[in-house]
Amino acid sequence: MKFLRKQEFKNMSKGVAITGMGIISSIGNNVDENYKSLIGGKTGITRISKIKTVHKDDIMVGEIAFTNQELEQQLGLSPDNNYSRTALLGVIAAKQAIEEAGISNINTYKTGLISATSVGGMDKTEAYYYDYLEDKAAQKYIEGHHAGDSTQKIAEELGIDQSLVTTISTACSSAANAIMFGARLIKSGQLDRVIVGGSDCLSKFTINGFKTLMILSDTYNTPFDENRKGLNLGEAAAFLVLESDKVVKAENKKVLAYVKGYGNANDAFHQTASSENGDGATLAMQKALKVAELSPGDIDYINAHGTATGNNDLSEGRAILRTFEEHVPDFSSTKAYTGHTLAAAGAIEAVYSVLALQNNVIYPNLNFKTQMKEFSITPQLELKEKELQTVLSNSLGFGGNCSTVIFSKKQ
Amino acid sequence: MRAVYINSVGSISSQKTFDNSQFLDEIVSYEDNIILAVDPNYKDYIAPANSRRMAKGIKMGVVASKIALKEANLDNVDAIITGTGMGCLKDSKKFLSAIIDNDEQFLTPTSFIQSTHNTVGGQIALGLKCKGYNFTYVHASVSFESAVLDAKLMLENNEASSVLVGGVDEIEEYTCTLHKLINHIKEEKVNTTDLLGSKTKGAVFSEGANFFVLSNIKQDSSYAQIVAISTYNTIKSTNITDLAGTFLKENDLDIEAIDLLVLGNNGDVTYDSFYNELSCGVFNKTQQVYYKHLCGEFNTASSFGVWLASKILKTQKLPEVTKLNDIRASNYNTILLYNQYRGENHSFTLLRKC
Repeated sequence: MKFLRKQEFKNMSKGVAITGMGIISSIGNNVDENYKSLIGGKTGITRISKIKTVHKDDIMVGEIAFTNQELEQQLGLSPDNNYSRTALLGVIAAKQAIEEAGISNINTYKTGLISATSVGGMDKTEAYYYDYLEDKAAQKYIEGHHAGDSTQKIAEELGIDQSLVTTISTACSSAANAIMFGARLIKSGQLDRVIVGGSDCLSKFTINGFKTLMILSDTYNTPFDENRKGLNLGEAAAFLVLESDKVVKAENKKVLAYVKGYGNANDAFHQTASSENGDGATLAMQKALKVAELSPGDIDYINAHGTATGNNDLSEGRAILRTFEEHVPDFSSTKAYTGHTLAAAGAIEAVYSVLALQNNVIYPNLNFKTQMKEFSITPQLELKEKELQTVLSNSLGFGGNCSTVIFSKKQ
Repeated sequence: MRAVYINSVGSISSQKTFDNSQFLDEIVSYEDNIILAVDPNYKDYIAPANSRRMAKGIKMGVVASKIALKEANLDNVDAIITGTGMGCLKDSKKFLSAIIDNDEQFLTPTSFIQSTHNTVGGQIALGLKCKGYNFTYVHASVSFESAVLDAKLMLENNEASSVLVGGVDEIEEYTCTLHKLINHIKEEKVNTTDLLGSKTKGAVFSEGANFFVLSNIKQDSSYAQIVAISTYNTIKSTNITDLAGTFLKENDLDIEAIDLLVLGNNGDVTYDSFYNELSCGVFNKTQQVYYKHLCGEFNTASSFGVWLASKILKTQKLPEVTKLNDIRASNYNTILLYNQYRGENHSFTLLRKC
């Protein structure tokens, strides 16, 4: 045992470096396209085109332009594949991340994969649910339903073999939690490298689920606006490559940014709604600051969860005020660009946070017109250039799940 | 790095395991391919008004966690980490079929809310008013092991001193129909005692919840120390024997150091070969037990294996019905558990008497 402990101690990593990123969302099929849309103020919110739903005229969504067939072609999958759209999007984004990180042989270092999803293979299940009984050709999708399936496929496509591969599903905070767990695995020396992120496709299941909760807007979502009408659902996938000090040093890696701090807490208030004063979100932000060894004044920009539901924006805004008091930094929500991409949101916004750090910009909070009356803080409304050192990103979800990740330029 | 202990258990399974004063004293025998959990009297633990609204998975999870908390003599914990392969399946089914049957109309939110994977962990937190760390892992047959790994990391690094960890899955009829279509569930009914002799494809599906309080502080109620846990998405380049050897070596142990091997055989003729390779190979001089004839197969069934191993370590008793071979260890100090499902998501867990 002594040997092991010494070994593990030796493997412990102070820094958690981000060395690659990949993303596909309604505002772009890769990192560059996403960044251009963000600084150009270009939204990806439209009417729904790929899913037949009776709600098509009542909702707007952030849909990815490619069809499944196009995505399958890009990945060179055989026609008998049983990929859900979640898996397709996930593989696309994860492969981009590996490429940017310059990884040719993934098994040179002990590499794991932590992915996040909420719908998993539900898109196929809802398409063939009753047909499965008769349609033998469709039955290949039955075992692709469970949440771990897309993760297994991503691992296979990346060549991650005989390693730590798992999936987190904590609703809208899932991918933030995947980043958090990945960072802890690097810090503790369990892994040298870990691919973290999430993927969720649009499905009738989630559209109708959120519809019953009456939190879907019938028009463009307006985060932190007094007259916000609810959220737009979106689909997306994003992954980040996290590497230890050891790998960065040995490979002389270019570091995009660091995962500096993280915190998770539970609101323990209601199954779907956030507490009025954002207890969970406040705790998550405070914990993340503590892990990062930063004070609130050190945060330069908050990429807020800001879903544009009445409940979230009030609760999160109050939590931000409780955490930062008189010194609330610039903040904005990017949900007006992408819609709420559920389990993927934390990873999408991690990519946006790193891009903010790299380019020293703060993205405008689109569609804002009227100041909320419960408090006086206003999101950043114009693109702002400013030297950034640290960005804090929030992801808050059902089941009271609240997560914060802090990204920094320096270790 | 601090040592991590299993300080208490709470189990709801196809056996009467909810009473911690007993240890498989009475075996429930089945002749079926789908078996259900033996229900405790839920009213003893949950107010009827709340219980009525709760999905079976939530009820099982809440009660198993209450049993575990009580035994650990705790009112609350620092973190709650849940593993579930499928979450509350009945509500997922209910919401999905309502969407299809009613053309997306007349839907109510309750089943949608309960269909989200983290609903069990969220409900436990809500019941305890626990504002701590709360994660849910949903990765097939390593869902529970991922939760244990996370908790172990947290406790070793002193980020928490008590963590509630559990595995929970519920059964749903239509999903079983689909899994029968693709031979994941056995076509024929199998008797509990004949599971491994069935020589047919598929498993006997079931449900259950096994929760544990893990801590970095040992106490009177402690069952075992969790020495190590590792999960593997695939095993391609090597075989399971080599992987077992590597895992033991990482922990400075050899085959002889293992007093008991706990295997997750589920009677699937296609995939039990992984277990057979170990039981007939390098571990052929080691005492072996199995358990899925008692608890059935589900994504978090391996949590029942950890429950079984914990009870054996604490009581130093081994139920006859679990024996896979005739070797008898002189005492039980170190137990190795191995599980996989359909050739993927393998795990090794190493427990030690404390």
